[in-house]
Amino acid sequence: MRWETVIGLEIHAQLSTRSKIFSGSATTYGAAPNTQASLVDLGYPGVLPVLNAEVVRMAIRFGLATGCSIAPRSVFARKNYFYPDLPKGYQISQYELPIVHGGSLDIDLPEGSRKRIGITRAHLEEDAGKSLHEDFHGMTGIDLNRAGTPLLEIVSEPDLRSPEEAVAYMRRIHQLVRWLGICDGNMQEGSFRCDANVSIRPHGETRLGTRTELKNLNSFRFIDRAIRHEVERQIELVEDGGQVVQETRLYDPERDVTRPMRSKEEANDYRYFPDPDLLPVIIEPATIEAIRAGLPELPTARRERFVHAYGLSDYDAGVLTASRELADYYEAAVAAVPAAAKLLANWTMGELTAALKRDAVEIADSRVDARALAGLVARIHDETISGKIAKEVFEAMWAGEGDADSVIEARGLKQITDTGALEAIVAEVVAAHPGQAAEYRAGKHKLMGFFVGQVMKRTQGKANPAQVNALIKAVLE
Amino acid sequence: MTALHADTLAGLAARLASGECSSVELTRHFLARIAVHDAGLNCFVSVLEARALAQAEAADRRRARGEAGPLTGLPIAHKDIFCARDTRTTCGSRMLERFVSPYDAAVVERLDAAGVVTLGKTNMDEFAMGSSNETSYFGPVRNPWDPTRVPGGSSGGSAAAVAAGLAPAATGTDTGGSIRQPAALTGLTGLKPTYGRVSRWGMVAFASSLDQAGTLTRSAEDAALLLAAIAGADRRDSTSVEAEVPDYHAALDAGRGRLRIGVPRAFFDDGLEEAVAVAVREALAEYERQGAELVEVELPNLHLSVPTYYVVAPAEASSNLSRFDGVRFGHRCEAPQDLLDLYERSRGEGFGAEVKRRIMTGTYVLSAGYYDAYYLKAQQVRQLITADFARAFERVDLLMGPTTPTPAFALGAKTADPVQMYLNDIYTIGVNLAGLPGISIPCGEVAGLPVGLQIIAPHFGEAALLGAAHRYQQATDWHRRLPAAYA
Repeated sequence: MRWETVIGLEIHAQLSTRSKIFSGSATTYGAAPNTQASLVDLGYPGVLPVLNAEVVRMAIRFGLATGCSIAPRSVFARKNYFYPDLPKGYQISQYELPIVHGGSLDIDLPEGSRKRIGITRAHLEEDAGKSLHEDFHGMTGIDLNRAGTPLLEIVSEPDLRSPEEAVAYMRRIHQLVRWLGICDGNMQEGSFRCDANVSIRPHGETRLGTRTELKNLNSFRFIDRAIRHEVERQIELVEDGGQVVQETRLYDPERDVTRPMRSKEEANDYRYFPDPDLLPVIIEPATIEAIRAGLPELPTARRERFVHAYGLSDYDAGVLTASRELADYYEAAVAAVPAAAKLLANWTMGELTAALKRDAVEIADSRVDARALAGLVARIHDETISGKIAKEVFEAMWAGEGDADSVIEARGLKQITDTGALEAIVAEVVAAHPGQAAEYRAGKHKLMGFFVGQVMKRTQGKANPAQVNALIKAVLE
Repeated sequence: MTALHADTLAGLAARLASGECSSVELTRHFLARIAVHDAGLNCFVSVLEARALAQAEAADRRRARGEAGPLTGLPIAHKDIFCARDTRTTCGSRMLERFVSPYDAAVVERLDAAGVVTLGKTNMDEFAMGSSNETSYFGPVRNPWDPTRVPGGSSGGSAAAVAAGLAPAATGTDTGGSIRQPAALTGLTGLKPTYGRVSRWGMVAFASSLDQAGTLTRSAEDAALLLAAIAGADRRDSTSVEAEVPDYHAALDAGRGRLRIGVPRAFFDDGLEEAVAVAVREALAEYERQGAELVEVELPNLHLSVPTYYVVAPAEASSNLSRFDGVRFGHRCEAPQDLLDLYERSRGEGFGAEVKRRIMTGTYVLSAGYYDAYYLKAQQVRQLITADFARAFERVDLLMGPTTPTPAFALGAKTADPVQMYLNDIYTIGVNLAGLPGISIPCGEVAGLPVGLQIIAPHFGEAALLGAAHRYQQATDWHRRLPAAYA
């Protein structure tokens, strides 16, 4: 039987506010345990939550960017369950009335087409703390620094049909939340993580199969592998006559398996009810419009514009709009060399990206800024230097030796375009290698490369390769 | 001359202002009264002698500098539900028997800032769940009017302390009648302000959508003085309301126009003891003599108040009390075997029977499959009750009726039957469900026990409420009576 995989993702994006969602505590990652937990975060008797208005604006930004409706009235609810790292015995979340609902996002499929993935809802909630089971000799340590950190939980429709689609969707969301400046997207620190609901059904079946929920997938690779394993497990199970049980499973990246956490029977009854400590969140149309007006050009629109405005391929435009910072960088540079847009794109995606990656530098801190890269590309474009020489110039610029022109000047890298001088060098080279010249004339034309190489050697690479080619041809043919 | 402990806050304020006595003298007087009388009444969970005297000295210095406010140097007691920094805050529970709060409740903070002296923390029903002060882990409080009877609850310690002259005034909280009912049973003026009028910050939560801080005093004037200090929005409590705080004291004598008083027929039902009804009707007649017009009004859904309340309040309580898990603060069982054992024994040992009953009720009504039938339905009925009041206030300025169906009952009389206990709040609970301000003032005696008149105003109508109570107290002396043993 052929099986179809059905996946829906619940992505938790930590909103990058300075303070927590319901208290004034800082949200900085990595502080000493329990140093960023106020009485509110600790759930002390008598304390009350106060909503951080910034999280509402961030949720609205996300909603508008994904074509969602913004609820004029949304409600915080309590999700009740006991766990030592959940200080109040309930998590404040949104349940029946989320702030954002009903939108979509397009993903690119490998064969080049696009697919629209529905976004059911996105709601605001607080994160729990962390239970630390190691280093406490059979006891559990509790760190409540993370308790009360704002999260936007983004719930997709079950529109994804493969692990690849799931990863593509998650990457898109990852790109978008960073683009919007509402989440730093740091997956190692847990700022961006997801749960996957996975089921299978025979091809052609329209009803959904029983799903399992895979918890806490915090890398693109884990999502792919966890779903892959889970789908295999389910198919094997069903083909052996078994049935999928609705349950929560945890992916173990060490052993590359998923294992059950709790089944539906053991599942908590969360007893959701509206939190009486918080007023409903009322959002006026004017607020939405003001936030809409402040939205940046979104990735898809910008990508399309890059194709049209700069004559880039859809692929290149996609790479250059992977992050807003990269797209901003490119646009700042291209403004200075509009005629060399494609060449600049190559340099941005090639040398620049490689150098950033090699030295683990963010683009905002790039040692070659957009203006400087444009200056370099301009010199390639006007044939002052060759592409090969340009790499040397770039490295020098990266090392802090100044802008392209001063490096070219200081190192004497200006391309020799004086035909007379080059003719003399070509003549010398041909004269110095009579054997090869004879072979060439006898038809061994691939020796052209040898002669060009010799000329380049004598000019230290500063000759224009096309020009050299033509001159050699003229002498030998 | 009135004895210090028989005087009102206003009277004591005048004595402080004239230099007749100092705050330290006043404080020592009440601390001495507590030392003598509290053993028999059990009003206080903690007496804060050192802190009180330090505050009193500071208040006297402030007065000497000419910086005294209207409340500076006046001693009061706080219900032990209000957190006070570095002070034990038990909420009447074993769960918090050793809990020392690291911070001040907004009410405590504001009164401290006004220069008020805190004599101690008063006994209460455990987590404010009770109408007789018999659910306290620290033992029942006795009614100064008759020590075989209850003082009411849950602010029973505050009520008994003021009634016995162990404190001139006290704070309380009112979720279903917990200020007004004990005020009625001990002959005091008990004010429950509009929901949102006073910040809930630092008040240990019972039922968050109903809880409201207020005062137990000897007069409406005293209530006005204290309310002026504690009322007002607080950024830390999202449900506190940004409504202007009028000059309540100045408003006491203002607005002497012809009052239209609504008398809800539902308040004079079969459950109301005849002698109480007589006293309340006599109070209404006094208002009539003063020129008020009495209008009978209907509150058709009010009879649903008690069942509605006993869904909403336990639901919220079951969630609010989840934080008492033995992990971070409060009671923790000895040598827990595992997490479940830690939870079960810490909570099993830490909470008393009534608290457990309400946690279970609340958990049940919020459970999957029952939520719509109970919690959601109760919220709908709550809106109907609120609408009933709103309709009534289209026709009248205030509503009046009895605070309780009977005077103080005997200790142990209703502990075996929770529903009988719950029905004691039948006239007060609707006011909480609707978020309205209400006050109970003494209006008579039945067999030597005080009877309360309840006055209810529209939202943020505290000034009118206090004005009407004050007007009555100008013409009568029920509020000046003290139990003989404590005169």
